[in-house]
Amino acid sequence: MSDSTASSPIASSQAAPDLQQSLRRDWMSVLARAEAAELERLWQALDEPAGHRLLRRPETGLVQLRGRIGGDGAPFNVGEAPVTRCSLVVEGERVGHAYVLGRDLRHAELAALLDALLQDPARRPRLLEAVIEPLRTTQAARRRARRRAAETTRVDFFTLVRGEASK
Amino acid sequence: MYVAVKGGERAIRNAHRRLAERRRGDPAVPELSLEQIREQLGLAVDRAMCEGALYDPRLAALALKQARGDSVEAAFLLRVFRNTLPRFGYSEPLDTGAMAVERRVSGAFKDLPGGQLLGATADYTHRLLDFALEEPQQPAPPGEEPEAEAGSGSEATGLLPRALAQLGEEALIEAPPADEGAPVPDITRDPPLFPAERAQRLQTLARGDEGFLVGLAYSSQRGYGNTHPFVGELRQGRVAVELVPEELGFAVEIGEIEVSELETVNQFTGDAEHAPCFTRGYGLAFGRSERKALAMALLDRSLRAEELGEELGAPAQDQEFVLEHADNILATGFMEHLKLPHHVDFQAERELLRALRRAWEERRSAPEAAE
Repeated sequence: MSDSTASSPIASSQAAPDLQQSLRRDWMSVLARAEAAELERLWQALDEPAGHRLLRRPETGLVQLRGRIGGDGAPFNVGEAPVTRCSLVVEGERVGHAYVLGRDLRHAELAALLDALLQDPARRPRLLEAVIEPLRTTQAARRRARRRAAETTRVDFFTLVRGEASK
Repeated sequence: MYVAVKGGERAIRNAHRRLAERRRGDPAVPELSLEQIREQLGLAVDRAMCEGALYDPRLAALALKQARGDSVEAAFLLRVFRNTLPRFGYSEPLDTGAMAVERRVSGAFKDLPGGQLLGATADYTHRLLDFALEEPQQPAPPGEEPEAEAGSGSEATGLLPRALAQLGEEALIEAPPADEGAPVPDITRDPPLFPAERAQRLQTLARGDEGFLVGLAYSSQRGYGNTHPFVGELRQGRVAVELVPEELGFAVEIGEIEVSELETVNQFTGDAEHAPCFTRGYGLAFGRSERKALAMALLDRSLRAEELGEELGAPAQDQEFVLEHADNILATGFMEHLKLPHHVDFQAERELLRALRRAWEERRSAPEAAE
């Protein structure tokens, strides 16, 4: 993001170098898309000891959303959206971050917490299975349902040829 | 000149009470919930988000409830709320090519790769009042939905290529301006000077009043200006929002939003160097605001008249006219302040008028003396 807050200790704390960026991008995306209530339910069911220290309390701000002229050309600003972010550290070493569309502070905090815990290779398989995959399943089902509903409105227009040619 | 007025505190307090009563209406009628507004007055919510320039359906529903359904007032409330929040930054540009499409039509192409999906549209209704809606409806039982027409259901509606890409391949249409990595102007940070860049024009149109935009777009269709467009493609659906947090340095998805995107195909440009080709106009609006997106695309195109060397003179081609008057919050603010006390200004004008009349009477009663 081009606007940035003053540099903070958060920016300097690097994620574990062995962490695959694409893997992290994937779970962050699933966590951000989650319904806050479902995320909370899965978190409660985990019964994970939640000893963490907030580096940045959950806070809501604005992100200016950009589009592209013609869909794929030069960018322009469309309008803003509230985004809530949170940064925290678990067990003094793993730093979790979250940026979530909307104003739900708890959603951002849980997403940051899970981002931190998922960086722990020992915990990761269980967390993927107990949180990320169920969320992903819900999201995929929602998407499929929308796609199916749209598919019922597929239309084949045809053009009527006028009669002059056949005389 | 404004002169402050004092007093009226009690009357104003009570006026706020009357406003709250009027908002609530008959207490015997159940109160609206934000969920009801969001779910059942979705297009009003979308319009408030567009004109408030803030994508937050729940807040827009709240604004509509507070504003008693007045879309301009609701947008105003959203803009004020927006001013209370810090700016975190800018998103990555939305990839509308990767949209999960729920509606997609083209007025220009009968057959286009990926096909056409009507989605939830009123385009083919007869606009007859449906009196069945006078009473609460039972939700349709699942499984009674007519399935997709035979033979078409298997086509994926996930990723759809852009309809205008096929014209682009033959170079029959201009390419959109390329992303040169230049700084993107933001009218909320730097008020635009004229002539405004296309990015500034689009940002202004995106938050502009739908009624104003529709009226101007219509004027350009009727001959005040020169837009003879086809709808190349309208697509609606959900797009992912990504941004690059400073802490991470790589793009992450933060959620998804619903948008309507519309591209027009317009008549030609070309010169000695460049073969004639179609031109295009672009519209992008929050939610399912497709009328807004269409008006925006028509005006985007008409505001390019000078760039494309077209004859000028119509209101819809005049940047200052369109952009300076499109924002209904600015417009209504300046207009509606007329209702507030202007007693001292008016008294001054009245004194002036009396003096003018005295002078006039004097001249009239002594014409000879004056000559």
